[in-house]
Amino acid sequence: MVDLLSVEAWLLPLAQTLLFVTAAPLLSGWVKRVKCRLQNRRPPSLLQPYRDLAKLFGKEAVVAETASPLFRATPYMVFASTLLAASVVPLLAVHLPVAAVADVIVLVGFLALGRFFLALAGMDVGTAFGGMGASREMTISSMAEPAMLMAIFTLTMTAGSTNLSSAIEHLLAGGLVLRPSFLFALLGLMLVAIAETGRIPVDNPATHLELTMVHEAMILEYSGRHLALLEWAAQVKLMLYGVLIANIFFPWGIATTLTPEALAGAAGALALKLAVLAVAVALAETSLAKMRLFRVPQFLNLAYLLALLGMLSHVILEVGA
Amino acid sequence: MALLLAYLAVLGSLFSGALSLGANRHPALLKYGAFPLLGLAGAAAAAGGAEALRSGEVLTSHLPFGLPWLAWQVKVDALTGLFLLLIGVVTVAVSFYGPGYIREFQHGRHSLAALGGFTGLFVAGMLMVVLADDAFFFMVAWEVMSLASYFLVVFQHEQAANRRAAFLYLLMAHVGGLFILLAYGVLAAFGGGFGFEAMRGAELSLLWSSVAFGLAFLGFGMKAGLVPLHAWLPEAHPVAPSHISALMSGVMLKVAVYGFIRVVFDLIGTPHWGWGVAALLVGSASALLGVLYAMVQNDIKRLLAYSSIENVGIIFIGLGLAMVFLGSGHPTLGSLALIAALYHAFNHALFKSLLFMGAGAVLQQSHERDLERMGGLLRRMPFTGFFVLVGCISIASLPPFNGFASEWLTFQSALQGVVLENGVLRIMIPVTAAMLALTGALAAACFVKLYGVAFLGQPRGRRVRHAREADWGMGLAQGLLAVLCLGFGLFPTAVVGTLDAVPQLLFGSGLPHATAEGWLWLTPAGAEKASYSAPLLLVGIALAWGLSWLLLHPRGRRTVRCAAPWDCGFGPLTPRMQYTSTAFAQPIRRVFEPVWKVDEQVERITDKDALRVVGLRHQLQISDRAWQTLYEPAGTAVLGIARRITRLQTGNIRVYLAYSFFTLLVLLWLIS
Repeated sequence: MVDLLSVEAWLLPLAQTLLFVTAAPLLSGWVKRVKCRLQNRRPPSLLQPYRDLAKLFGKEAVVAETASPLFRATPYMVFASTLLAASVVPLLAVHLPVAAVADVIVLVGFLALGRFFLALAGMDVGTAFGGMGASREMTISSMAEPAMLMAIFTLTMTAGSTNLSSAIEHLLAGGLVLRPSFLFALLGLMLVAIAETGRIPVDNPATHLELTMVHEAMILEYSGRHLALLEWAAQVKLMLYGVLIANIFFPWGIATTLTPEALAGAAGALALKLAVLAVAVALAETSLAKMRLFRVPQFLNLAYLLALLGMLSHVILEVGA
Repeated sequence: MALLLAYLAVLGSLFSGALSLGANRHPALLKYGAFPLLGLAGAAAAAGGAEALRSGEVLTSHLPFGLPWLAWQVKVDALTGLFLLLIGVVTVAVSFYGPGYIREFQHGRHSLAALGGFTGLFVAGMLMVVLADDAFFFMVAWEVMSLASYFLVVFQHEQAANRRAAFLYLLMAHVGGLFILLAYGVLAAFGGGFGFEAMRGAELSLLWSSVAFGLAFLGFGMKAGLVPLHAWLPEAHPVAPSHISALMSGVMLKVAVYGFIRVVFDLIGTPHWGWGVAALLVGSASALLGVLYAMVQNDIKRLLAYSSIENVGIIFIGLGLAMVFLGSGHPTLGSLALIAALYHAFNHALFKSLLFMGAGAVLQQSHERDLERMGGLLRRMPFTGFFVLVGCISIASLPPFNGFASEWLTFQSALQGVVLENGVLRIMIPVTAAMLALTGALAAACFVKLYGVAFLGQPRGRRVRHAREADWGMGLAQGLLAVLCLGFGLFPTAVVGTLDAVPQLLFGSGLPHATAEGWLWLTPAGAEKASYSAPLLLVGIALAWGLSWLLLHPRGRRTVRCAAPWDCGFGPLTPRMQYTSTAFAQPIRRVFEPVWKVDEQVERITDKDALRVVGLRHQLQISDRAWQTLYEPAGTAVLGIARRITRLQTGNIRVYLAYSFFTLLVLLWLIS
């Protein structure tokens, strides 16, 4: 399959993942900036997330006395699994040599692995907030994860492959075809992305110490570099969903050959797509109020049904037609 | 060779049972005699099974027992080999675990002889079930297995609840056994003999083969704990001693799966796609309801038992897919789905046994099975805590452990559903995939709850505060299973390559593409459709972890300061402020409300002027809907019919003589 001893087999995906990780805070900074503009506030610099991370990395980490070793391992575990999930998603180019290692089910598995440890770490110290966050996070994800799988399966069934890289290639080769199933899947995946990245109206990333918080409640006990890793992982996750939506449903611009021009073009196209998506997120966050916690399941049921409808409309309308 | 090893395994476990008959007087006999012998028997079974699976040979033999015209026939083929291996591996782990675990029974009033004796008989019974090659021997072995396990369930018989659970178990085992017997009856009537060879040759019309399928599905499904016949399982499995729970949930359910595969795929022949639809429906319902019921349990062993129902559901989803594909003329996809189901069966045996053993270690050390009073066990039992974590990750199907590999394969086979011509099936299979995805995600939530509440946080009760690490043998058994969980997750290509012998045997079609790219790559339907490389994934995890640690971990200064956890400025935190098991499950309980029969009562206690609320009393009772919708009506109906029939019984001898007279007349009239 792949010549694993060649330099490109390792170097290219490594470079892509590195780019993913370094660009992720930029996207968060951009979302924050657009949001500030929309709310008539003076925006921070685009580089503010990097400064925050650097500050946190420089600080001493304080760990609760009651914490077990699992608590200290979790930030690395979450960061590593998010990193790997990011490396599965084609960022600039398709057909990278090691794309065959993991497919889209593995991508979802990695996200689940990170979440599993994060929820456990929330329960580790023994505070009320941690358990609260863990319970809510697992509830939300237990509905969001299947919706995400369904939405992506719609795509992979069209392409006949669960490998994201070859699926995107297949869609590119097919040209612009308006498929009803994709519309449903796109809507479903967007709702899932909002829930999984903890944005308004499901969760509020800017909140601390509200009884309704989810993600923040789990990481309340973290500080210093541990907190930095978790924050960074959350930013990577936001970017991951953005890239997933951008490159699956609007794959145009992604590089199919590995020439510098094609890659530069792909980078430009991706930046544009992500910037537009970020504006959409900021608009939604500004115009919507946060939901009550028990409205969230209805929201996610909608995502699940949309994704299932997408799959069914693919099976009924598009197969054999 | 495989056959010889299998015989040795059966004899070994029987001897182990016989040897422990003296254990009441000399407990050392059980510890140093019976359990090691059981371990050897398990090793022999595993070796024989592996040999049969590797070589793919079919060996037959017969034993000089049984009916005059039908000696017990024995056969070892790839399918038998797989299940011999499964039984053997878990039995070996149990033999390490047992000596430490039974210590608490040594000074009680419990009969160690009964425990050891029936354990040996139970294992021998399961081995004989998979070895049997005729219906008669099969049913005898099945009964040995069921009866021996009944005595093990009722082992701690002082509590009335245990006796009731055991009776229910006995009843359901026999109702199930009756259906199985009837299924064999149909096959034997058309095949002209009780040997499996004769049944294979039977020419059945669709109607009769569907009848045989339905009976087998009912019978084996009852034993495997499929919804809605599952309600006995969470009663019976948890009350047995923990190593027996491991054997029952981990292995005996798989023996029922074996029986189902043997009858449906082997004896009946090519399954009809409609049966696959039935299996898919029941499997999906079992998976989803199983995990939802597991979610709300507070008893750690009951939770695990409900989760077994979920996993059996996943196995039956795989089997249902295999039947649908085979029945619609796609044998390669059928073998993919069958392999996924078998893989999951094996994985479930590993991680469920591991988790039951972990729960048993906690139970032995703290005498506590209520999650609401646990907490912080990872600090007190670090090894058990670590192994249970491995089990939880595996059962939550997270990469790169084994549960993920088999779930990945099941998804892959479900995604191939678009090739089917039948529109209903094409719609049905994605819906099944959706159910499977939901089940997987809920299982992760369920096991976060189990681990987070029991092993993390602060102790909620007095008993767990004094827990100590368990005996080394118990740790070794869990370690062995944990290593196997990781191994089966990391080398799925080797596992699939080995399991390929089973579909080859049953319908002569395997998965030629799955292992075509070498040991590193698993490509079930060809490299262009999907590929997965667990070893490289592990390299990736190690790389990502190592790099982030190397780059981001500060050097040369004290890096972590320990301080009290943040308490919102209100004074010290107490363990009672933590989320409990009920609290953790509450959001999910609210979302899936109609699934359970929930009886929740909140009572406000006010002060004497009825002005101020001084306390709250909260009562929550969650029960299984299967009881009131199926079990209780069935029980009432049976009692009602029985009461009618007792009218025959007048106690008057003349009436009885009249009955005999009229019976005789009718019989004479019939034969004349």
